[in-house]
Amino acid sequence: MTNHWSDIKNADLVLIMGGNAAEAHPCGFKWVTEAKAHNKARLIVVDPRFNRSASVADLYAPIRTGTDIAFLGGLINYLIANDKIQHEYVRNYTDVSFVVKEGFGFEDGLFNGYDAAKRSYPDKSAWGYEIGADGYAVVDPTLSHPRCVFNLLKKHYSRYTPELVSSICGTPQETMLKVWDAIAETAQPGKAMTIMYALGWTQHTVGSQMIRTGAMVQLLLGNIGMPGGGMNALRGHSNIQGLTDLGLLSNLLPGYLTLPGDAEQDYSAYIGKRTSLPLRPGQLSYWQHYEKFHVSLMKAWFGKAATAENNWAYDWLPKLDVPGYDVLKVFDMMFQGQVNGYFCQGFNPIAAFPNKAKVGAALARLKYLVIMDPLATDTSEFWRNAGEFNDVDTAAIQTTVFRLPTTCFAEEDGSLVNSGRWLQWHWKAAEPPGEARTDIAIMAGLFQRLRALYQKEGGAFAAPILNLDWPYLRPDEPGPDELAREFSGKALADVSDPASGAVLAKAGEQLAGFAQLRADGSTASGCWIFSGAWTQAGNQMARRDNADPYGMGQTLGWAWAWPANRRILYNRASADPSGQPWDPVKKRLVWWNGKSWGGTDVPDFKADSPPEAGMNPFIMNPEGVARLFAVGMMAEGPFPEHYEPFETPIGRNPLHGNAQAISNPAARVFKNDLEVFGQAEEFPYAATTYRLTEHFHYWTKHCRLAAITQPEQFVEIGEALAMDLGIKAGDRVKVSSNRGYIKAVAVVTKRLRPLTVDGKTVHHVGIPIHWGFTGVAKNGFITNTLTPFVGDGNTQTPEFKSFLVNVEKV
Amino acid sequence: MATQDIIARSATTTPMPQVRQPGEVAKLIDTSKCIGCKACQVACSEWNELRDEVGSNAGTYDNPNDLSAESWTLMRFAEYENPDSGNLEWLIRKDGCMHCAEPGCLAACPSPGAIVKYANGIVDFNQDKCIGCGYCITGCPFDIPRISQKDKKAYKCTLCSDRVAVGLEPACVKTCPTGAIVFGSKEDMQVHAAERIVDLKERGFANAGLYDPDGVGGTHVMYVLHHADQPSLYAGLPDAPAISPLVSLWKGVAKPLALLAMGATVLAGFFHYVRVGPNRVDEEEDPGEPTVHTVDPSVHVVDPNKQP
Amino acid sequence: MDMNRRQFFKVCGVGLGASSMAALGMAPPPAYAETIRHFKLASTRETRNTCPYCSVGCGLIMYSQGDGGKNVAQEIIHIEGDADHPVNRGTLCPKGAGLLDFVHSPNRLKYPEVREAGSGEWKRIGWDEALDSIAKLMKADRDANFVEKNAAGQTVNRWLSTGFLAASASSNESGYLTHKVVRSLGMLAFDNQARV
Repeated sequence: MTNHWSDIKNADLVLIMGGNAAEAHPCGFKWVTEAKAHNKARLIVVDPRFNRSASVADLYAPIRTGTDIAFLGGLINYLIANDKIQHEYVRNYTDVSFVVKEGFGFEDGLFNGYDAAKRSYPDKSAWGYEIGADGYAVVDPTLSHPRCVFNLLKKHYSRYTPELVSSICGTPQETMLKVWDAIAETAQPGKAMTIMYALGWTQHTVGSQMIRTGAMVQLLLGNIGMPGGGMNALRGHSNIQGLTDLGLLSNLLPGYLTLPGDAEQDYSAYIGKRTSLPLRPGQLSYWQHYEKFHVSLMKAWFGKAATAENNWAYDWLPKLDVPGYDVLKVFDMMFQGQVNGYFCQGFNPIAAFPNKAKVGAALARLKYLVIMDPLATDTSEFWRNAGEFNDVDTAAIQTTVFRLPTTCFAEEDGSLVNSGRWLQWHWKAAEPPGEARTDIAIMAGLFQRLRALYQKEGGAFAAPILNLDWPYLRPDEPGPDELAREFSGKALADVSDPASGAVLAKAGEQLAGFAQLRADGSTASGCWIFSGAWTQAGNQMARRDNADPYGMGQTLGWAWAWPANRRILYNRASADPSGQPWDPVKKRLVWWNGKSWGGTDVPDFKADSPPEAGMNPFIMNPEGVARLFAVGMMAEGPFPEHYEPFETPIGRNPLHGNAQAISNPAARVFKNDLEVFGQAEEFPYAATTYRLTEHFHYWTKHCRLAAITQPEQFVEIGEALAMDLGIKAGDRVKVSSNRGYIKAVAVVTKRLRPLTVDGKTVHHVGIPIHWGFTGVAKNGFITNTLTPFVGDGNTQTPEFKSFLVNVEKV
Repeated sequence: MATQDIIARSATTTPMPQVRQPGEVAKLIDTSKCIGCKACQVACSEWNELRDEVGSNAGTYDNPNDLSAESWTLMRFAEYENPDSGNLEWLIRKDGCMHCAEPGCLAACPSPGAIVKYANGIVDFNQDKCIGCGYCITGCPFDIPRISQKDKKAYKCTLCSDRVAVGLEPACVKTCPTGAIVFGSKEDMQVHAAERIVDLKERGFANAGLYDPDGVGGTHVMYVLHHADQPSLYAGLPDAPAISPLVSLWKGVAKPLALLAMGATVLAGFFHYVRVGPNRVDEEEDPGEPTVHTVDPSVHVVDPNKQP
Repeated sequence: MDMNRRQFFKVCGVGLGASSMAALGMAPPPAYAETIRHFKLASTRETRNTCPYCSVGCGLIMYSQGDGGKNVAQEIIHIEGDADHPVNRGTLCPKGAGLLDFVHSPNRLKYPEVREAGSGEWKRIGWDEALDSIAKLMKADRDANFVEKNAAGQTVNRWLSTGFLAASASSNESGYLTHKVVRSLGMLAFDNQARV
């Protein structure tokens, strides 16, 4: 979230699209209720299903799954055509005036530089700004240059007419225009719309671009950085924000630092490439401090063994030969027998990943599988024959499976990061059952054993194992407090203010924040964005002062938010160029008081830079402004374009005739998966999967109270389709895709209505996840038996939200 | 219980204490804020240490399928196509005891003290005294109490009398994520409801209103409805609830008649006991009838050992 | 009045049998207070925590039986929302409200176990045996498949034949240590639950 949960109360309009906050985040959704009650806010829900969020919405618009870019692209066209943009914001805080390089182009569904054989855009060199003789990007404040971002944007979306969008999305035009009109009202300075989205946007082959389109709308309306505004990703798990912040992904290091690729053999070139210098005069471009963050990380990991001489142990980091080894890639490798060992720490991939048959077959080719979990997961028993639910030949599966019991939240101390980026500390209340241990103790136990084996026997490249810094008082179980102090960071030598020479932190002291990090090895911090979570004053994450002196809901004394305890990112943009809030009464966040920036939030800005200095609010970007044009950052192009789901019910892309551009031309797809895509002739219904409010993922099927409230697997079918198929509520139905089938109870509902798309009738089938072959709820089929193994072009997130099925009465 | 004196007690003629005057409490359920998440259901069962059976899906979101002795509250879902606006509405109502000011269950209950009403408005069942006759069900215009198959006693929402007694709100109120369930003095809840109704009218629900039905003397669980003119849209919420005619008859006609016959009956019973010992009176109804009235009340009541 | 004959007799008959004693003043002495259940949290121990499910990060109070004394095995008997928490203000969703059944799920794992190749059952083992066996398997695989240089002779130092899926609800401290260990081994097939 750019903003945070309680801040939603400041919204004038709430758009829930690509998510179902009432269903999946009920306690956060309360702040929508508060915005409605105390701010007269309206709630709009756009979703294929009339869902729980829609049940309390002021306006609901149905949409065909997977077509959100068309809907939002049409909205961009509408905002520009009707002059409903926040002009002062857009002109000053976005890249509309930046001139794009000659050579950038878009034709028949593809941007320039496409390589069909590679299914990607290997040459993105034209996707950038024209750079002038002064080394800065060229801008045209008059917006008259034909290649300035504004004109390119206008041209790109001029194709998204209401008629065409309605035909793609199936949203009745009248409803769609009502939604667009309500959204357009927030272009007024001081009015804010928040967008709340979740995996309903992420889990498409164009998921990242859907989210980008939402962000572009928010920029045009001047809603980013505003209280009650922002782009709010509602994360699905309690600490997936934190684990992502800590870089637990194939290609990342903590704090969104990135691992080198094979070609990056030279340390200074690696740093240089990531040290972005300002693209416009007077801009902060905060990533120019990259090396300080990187060196501090390597000091936290390798201690004294990381030195200037060995480039801070640069060669001890693995290098990537591909963009990343995400789960789809790794399971494809596993399926092909290239992986021997696998660990699942609190993760249930056989239920959570697409195409269960492929995932199960892949696991069966492992030599060893290690499960660390508080619960008996389906994955831990993937080898067990559970009849129709998991019909495997146990004896033929040669994988050795270890199952290690772990503590749950109630039995350990530590911190979690919520969607609003708050790091909140929690405390242990009881001992775990039996012999269960913490994940920390298990990782430490494994590492201590491995290190001992390498010390004794030697082995492949032992240096990083032997030199990993392990200063913990109990080597077999480091304390959560020790680890938190380590990622927050400390001074290894006295750290001084370069300007005044004053000592900011003495050797051995905790650092106050990332501004004190140094690139000379005098500081250690395991995750720079978490720096300041545990200072010399103690554990900031455990703070419990919920005072809200301005009534803006920012509660700066509660827990600690990254970065630097800021609650709303880009909050400088909540003030106009002169430094005063766009709405000085109801939307006060930060402002210039004549000497410095301050207010109800920690400024996301250089605190002493006066408005007249011209520094812009988006300080992480070298431009200083937000990007409507994504330059080379996105796999499919700088402007989002609507592409059909890989399994499309209409079989064509109404925007262009190019067969290469029906679905995302740069999406991740493996050959063996291309072969199991279904066609609309055989699988005519658009299916989408989702969570229910009564259950959490695949955990609560182990909890009696949750099982009582939603005991048995079901699918949702609209009344019209049910009538066509002779299905009544409560009947058992078989839902099949080209990858397998499930059987479940039919819930027949008015809430799913047929949509008219491209002249055809499209029916949706709604398929909740949550069931499996272990648990106290009634056993069921794993829903991901049905879903396709294809990923977004940027994040490789599987397309769980749009695929094709057939439905029959059993 | 010092703060919640009993002001009515089933099948009891002894005058009730009248001196203390605690304020009345109420729970307000705003159907226009309710997302049907069932947090109230779970919090209720968790607090009250109830674990109903894991049932099955009958083709709806209503799970469990009905109230039971181990599910004291339940979300009921109704899909309504509003003919005026053309909009689909998903009307979701938390069902459970309404804590009526004139509780039909209490009026109908034949067992002394098995149902009590406190001055703060809570109507509570005392299972120690419950004889399982099921009259409370007959008496209830909202079809709330249920007889347990485990112990043949009647159960329903207590409005968390144990929490309210120590100054807390009921468990369902505390947990409600959207604030659709709120709790306070009955007066405050009426004021809050009035504000909500203004907001709903402004959002196009011209018939929004408060459900606090007179037929039962008002309730200590009230609803804000978008369509207060049609309560039955909400999964059959009674449009005009009143105490069952069976109970009225018992109090109006049958009871005087019964009292006339009573002396002889009791004497007969007493002499029967003296001469023969305790006896069970046969069911006067065909036991094949599907009914909750399965336990013979006389077994429990006619216990000479307890007589003074 | 809408009542048929059968119902009429039912009311009179059963009503007569049931309450005639009471009507004649033979009721047991009233015991007004006994109907209210004792408040079960009066002396429980309170511990603050955060809900482990979605990312709203609701504050919890866990109530456990016992006062933390030496002779007490603290047992969590109730969990409810933390009213001081600025986001949830005491509320919990159905999953959070039922957390007690996660903590005490019959499917909580209690002991390390192994399922041998081809076997149809779990075998309980000790922690040392489990961790020793896993460490040996890891080392054998790493030593056999570690790539120090790629085909072009570039230093790459990676291990691709074992992968690690990190959790979604483990603490930052667990996650940080997991990352530190996993990267020191040179692993790249490393991911978390951000996408699913």
